[in-house]
Amino acid sequence: MDHAASTPVHAEVAAAMLPYWTEVYGNPSSSHEHGRFAHRALEQARERIAAQFNAHPDEIVFTGGGSASDNLALRGVMLRARHDGGGNHLIVSAIEHSAVMRTAVQLRDYFGFDLTILPVDRFGQIDVEALKTAVTPQTVLISIMAANNEIGSLQPIEAIGSIAHENGVLFHSDAVQAIAVRRWNMETMPIDLMSVAPHKFYGPKGIGVLFARRGAAMMPILTGGGQENGRWAGTSNVAFGVGTAVALEMAMDELEARNAHYLPLRDHLIDSLLTALPDRCVLTGHPSQRLPHNASFAFRHVRGNDLLMHLDMAGISGSSGSACKTGDPKPSHILQAIGLGDEWIKGGLRLTVGRQTTMDDVLYAAGKIPEIIRKIVNG
Amino acid sequence: MVNGQWSIVNGDTPSLGRRVVVAMSGGVDSSVAAALLVEQGYEVIGMMMRLWSEPIEEGAVCTDNRCCTPEQMADARRIADQLNIPFYVVDTQAYFRKTIVQFFIDEHENGRTPNPCIECNRKIRFEYLLNQALALDADYLATGHYARIRHTPDGYHLLQGVDAAKDQSYVLHVMGQHELAHVLFPVGEYSKPQVRQLARKFNLPVASKSDSQDLCFVGDGDYHRFLREYSERQFLPGPILDSDGNKLGEHKGLPFYTIGQRKGLYISAPEPLYVLRKEMAANALIVGRRVELGQRELIAERVNWMDGVPPSQPIPAYIKIRYKAKGVKGVVTALENGRCHVHFDQPVIGITAGQGAVFYDGDRCLGGGTIIS
Repeated sequence: MDHAASTPVHAEVAAAMLPYWTEVYGNPSSSHEHGRFAHRALEQARERIAAQFNAHPDEIVFTGGGSASDNLALRGVMLRARHDGGGNHLIVSAIEHSAVMRTAVQLRDYFGFDLTILPVDRFGQIDVEALKTAVTPQTVLISIMAANNEIGSLQPIEAIGSIAHENGVLFHSDAVQAIAVRRWNMETMPIDLMSVAPHKFYGPKGIGVLFARRGAAMMPILTGGGQENGRWAGTSNVAFGVGTAVALEMAMDELEARNAHYLPLRDHLIDSLLTALPDRCVLTGHPSQRLPHNASFAFRHVRGNDLLMHLDMAGISGSSGSACKTGDPKPSHILQAIGLGDEWIKGGLRLTVGRQTTMDDVLYAAGKIPEIIRKIVNG
Repeated sequence: MVNGQWSIVNGDTPSLGRRVVVAMSGGVDSSVAAALLVEQGYEVIGMMMRLWSEPIEEGAVCTDNRCCTPEQMADARRIADQLNIPFYVVDTQAYFRKTIVQFFIDEHENGRTPNPCIECNRKIRFEYLLNQALALDADYLATGHYARIRHTPDGYHLLQGVDAAKDQSYVLHVMGQHELAHVLFPVGEYSKPQVRQLARKFNLPVASKSDSQDLCFVGDGDYHRFLREYSERQFLPGPILDSDGNKLGEHKGLPFYTIGQRKGLYISAPEPLYVLRKEMAANALIVGRRVELGQRELIAERVNWMDGVPPSQPIPAYIKIRYKAKGVKGVVTALENGRCHVHFDQPVIGITAGQGAVFYDGDRCLGGGTIIS
């Protein structure tokens, strides 16, 4: 139950990718026949992705992954603004994924940009009024995620985008967790840049997409052969591009069915854990405005590392923003940002259901987790 | 002498379906221990404790014999992957700081020379980690120590490792019957060269790594620096005196010396001089000739008897006063308050407060305590 970490590549996606390693293997930049076939496949994939987003194909940039897309958006926009004599100010939320947060902090600490980190309320949502006052004439970019990776809270992205556009500011949204849970009509959606990671919706790892609206000027941050219209250099990954298109089409085709599958599973996890551990467990994130497949909790006086180890031994995969494979856990900055006290912030747990998760799986986990919590609680 | 008479825990307990947590350090011994357990059919879980992270200075070179460094962790994880067993890192930093590191500092401040490995086995390995293992429904905790456990009609016995040169029973004397019943020492049945051979047989990429060292939390091994940095007290210089009170020189602070130490005193004398004792109240270091170091008795506290009960009569035993010391013949008498008195048959050089005094009957460890005088 860790589908927010990654998902298995769908069999149809894998099948669609196969020919692009062995048969249509050319380099899309080559002018000969093999190159042309590969180029056509890549561009068709781009068109199919653009169609799903109601966007223009030239607004679809293939990158190395979700983090790469975030890096390109933040660094690319801010460095370009500096070069063009634009503003110097960037706004992010306090619960951004580290791909955004660390990039923003580096831009501040090493490149002299001004950074505002907007706080969130106890449900993990920003205050739209606070955003309005944070915007200055120097503001170039607002980067606020569509849905939080740890606690699943959705942000009011339409309202954020409107504020951005009223002030002539670009709006980037890390939508890595949110892409496959709703439809995206970029013609009307006030988002200028949006990060996408196909492996979160049964596509391949190692490729990302950045939607970049026409006119959103970026400095290339990966330079080389000028691929992706000069915005992301490196030999194009045709197979993964095709896989991305197929995975996205399937996600949108099955959107309602998938969400209808997730919701009762998620809600059962939430209800049963809160009922079983009323004084030791809280739901993190927004009770209703949250990802349909995300059930996230904090447990009092529990350490995420211990919890994940015991869950793994019980055959349950989960994740914890506080845990760390090297045994040096830090309190989750997201749980801190939503105002949880010291006794809670090391005990985060995220369970995310997927296409293959069954109610039996959920019932097992819902029975096992309270048992484990009672065993490992300290204090 | 023992194998025919006593059963081997590994051999007489069915391994199938039994779960073992093996404490992995990324080194040869614990890696081979894990591989042996897998081969014997146990369900094995690898675990590593993150005990300490001292801020590493920019550009510092990491040596390969300090514990829980990222390199050690990567090695242990690689071994676990190769053996196809789960591997978890348990954050033990706060507890380790509170128990072991603080103990190390306190003991030095009190003029003793502690052995943190003993304390670590008492509080961390065979308490904290053993409890972690049992909480995971494991039947055993295994480590890469060189010692053997035997199940006899009158309880569990701890024996020295087969390889006398590597024997680690000295630092294991804090274990009780409960711990011995739930612990396995797979490599204690082998010599170190055999263990290296086993590592090669199992194709473990650690076969030639060097042995780990004590004071794992002192990154560069310089415990003087460590004490200066971590102790809240200032260690003041003071006089170096002979037994008659004549001043011979100046010391840098009492914690930086240990009983029996000869080097680093910077005194020229016709005969080599040794540290005899520390007089804390006067902040004086007392030195003298080697013969003056000899002592025929000692008192130890926090004594653990591996049987669980102190002997009612004085018992003859071989007593080790340091990890690497040879056992010396003597008589051990249990006293009140968890203490004991040891009388040696002959004077013993280098009895040091803070070190363990560990008692043996042949190769069987009977127990031990912390020397206080």
